[in-house]
Amino acid sequence: MSIFVDDKTRVVYQGLTGSAGRFYGLRNRAYGTQVVAGTNPARGGTEVEGIPVFASVKEAVEKAGATASCIFVPAPFVESAVLEAAEAGITFIAVITEGVPAQDEARFFNRLQEDFPNVRLLGPNCPGIITPGKCNIGITAGEIATPGGPVGIVSRSGTLTYQALYELTQKGIGVTTCVGIGGDPVPGTTFIDCLEAFEADPETRAIMLIGEIGGSEEEKAAAFIGSKLSKPVVSYIAGVTAPPGKKMGHAGAIISGSQGTAQAKMLALRAAGARVAINPTEAGEMMTDLVRELDR
Amino acid sequence: MDLFEYQGKQYFARFGIPVSPGGVADTVDEAVTQADRVGYPVVVKAQVQVGGRGKAGGIKLANNADEVRTHAANILGMDIKGHMVKRLWIERASDIAHEYYASFTLDRGARKHLGMVSAKGGIDIEQVAAEDPQAIARLHIDPVSGLSEAQARQLVSDARLDAQAQGGAVDILKKLYRCFVEGDADLVEINPLVLTPDGRVHALDAKVSLDNNADFRHPEWQEYRATEVLDERERLARSKGLQYIGLSGSVGIIANGAGLAMSTLDVVNQAGGSPANFLDVGGGADATVMANALEVINTDPNVRSILINIFGGITRGEEVANGIVQALQRVHIKSPIVIRIDGTNADQGRQILKAHESDRLMSRPTMLEAARKAVELANSTEASR
Repeated sequence: MSIFVDDKTRVVYQGLTGSAGRFYGLRNRAYGTQVVAGTNPARGGTEVEGIPVFASVKEAVEKAGATASCIFVPAPFVESAVLEAAEAGITFIAVITEGVPAQDEARFFNRLQEDFPNVRLLGPNCPGIITPGKCNIGITAGEIATPGGPVGIVSRSGTLTYQALYELTQKGIGVTTCVGIGGDPVPGTTFIDCLEAFEADPETRAIMLIGEIGGSEEEKAAAFIGSKLSKPVVSYIAGVTAPPGKKMGHAGAIISGSQGTAQAKMLALRAAGARVAINPTEAGEMMTDLVRELDR
Repeated sequence: MDLFEYQGKQYFARFGIPVSPGGVADTVDEAVTQADRVGYPVVVKAQVQVGGRGKAGGIKLANNADEVRTHAANILGMDIKGHMVKRLWIERASDIAHEYYASFTLDRGARKHLGMVSAKGGIDIEQVAAEDPQAIARLHIDPVSGLSEAQARQLVSDARLDAQAQGGAVDILKKLYRCFVEGDADLVEINPLVLTPDGRVHALDAKVSLDNNADFRHPEWQEYRATEVLDERERLARSKGLQYIGLSGSVGIIANGAGLAMSTLDVVNQAGGSPANFLDVGGGADATVMANALEVINTDPNVRSILINIFGGITRGEEVANGIVQALQRVHIKSPIVIRIDGTNADQGRQILKAHESDRLMSRPTMLEAARKAVELANSTEASR
């Protein structure tokens, strides 16, 4: 089992003809993902190494049976790309593009909530999602992940997501699904959305949560872990040594006043019963111990 | 990007928000010229991006040219909480009957816009929020439908602004919301929003923080870029499109992705070192980007070793390796480099580096080992100085 995507997911790449879209679209296909189409309004009827390119997502849905979309179009065009996908009947949209204006994100996220409540949006500015061995949508290097479970991963940071997958693979531990929710101000999918889904997934028996400074999403996740989650959690929060008031790359990663510090997040997670590591390697080791305990 | 007060007011004016007439001055003489132009009495205001200017003596009333001269001379060059005053805003003084507060921002938790209005303006709003939270009217606004007339009225009436201010305040709120959305701001704040004895409402201060991601549709932001408060290293990094924040340690850090870069800072600390900077080369960093990053770090005199931590996703290992090799050919990198590469095309990257390994360039298989080596190098060169 897995969450959100599996081997039946049929993906259209909006921006397949661009250099990043092409590279990762082909790489995702090589991994085994059902990459069924690409779109480009000016290049309908062409193809990219056997993947048909349509002028619209609607055509990709009708002619190629696409159910999910992976968006690589440049930031100024993301809002219309997301809405086009939803209107065409796509139910899972992962936006990899970074640099999307916050006002656009706020608008299209709420538009989806109101008019397309069954659509799940992931990102923007996220690495995507991988259900190892079955489906890889986005920019994660698939070979660093081990299929099978029992661990589900949710992370706010792209590169730390890879780091976590890699640490677990080094220990021979499999992953059900790994979701990179991204670090932007208005993430389509939150920690809690993923925790809920992992809780409902019988193959996921433990969860790794990777957060970072800024905002209060980790604290909210901690409250959920303490009250509603039956599965054990290992977490790591990046930015323990980040100075206050400095934006650390992600729009979300800024400590303002006493809010959003790594220490506060770690305390909240620990109080909720999660094991809290001080670096990604330790998180991998803690998860190894945890999985051994579960198997005992 | 945070705007100075005078820029914020100019931005407000684009959206029709009433502000006091005024002008910018960088010297005492310019201050007098501006004051003569706008008419006395005037307020001489330090332009720094930090709160508490008034208390620090950075805002003074002047009734004539001599007073402007005295205050301008005192305030220019003043240090306000570590911010040096280089520029003044001279504006016509306003008679004030009442001071209010108004702002719009994005509530990340709710994923909606948040409007806040209070009859308690002119003081630190965080203090009001802590001591008298009831005094702040809050309203979530759906970013799809935007702020309606009815919602603007609701906010103003919930905040219990004086009756004669309500019409003017509603009008300003609608304009301020447009400034927030169409102006692509992360935050727009007026504190204080004032009511004059003759019943007019206008913005006496302006705090505007712009969303850098929306730069592409705002060519008018170019002039704000020129005055942005950055240190030299940050300016150089910005000109090369890198996310850089200067710190005070001795281990220069280059990583891809904000999360991994932050984590690298943490691990360097845990290994007993101190990071010289945060530098995120972003997604898809190629050879040129890596070379630029090394050049920026190279300008930092405190750096004793450089730790490059790359986990390839959209960034490809061989591109990173090529960049390092090119940078080494292009400029003399003063400090030894320790590198760790994993992820997309990492094997190719390691192969490229292997041919160039020396005591100036070494690779380590894990993040922790690489951090330990970089810290060891930084500490040993520091000890030998």
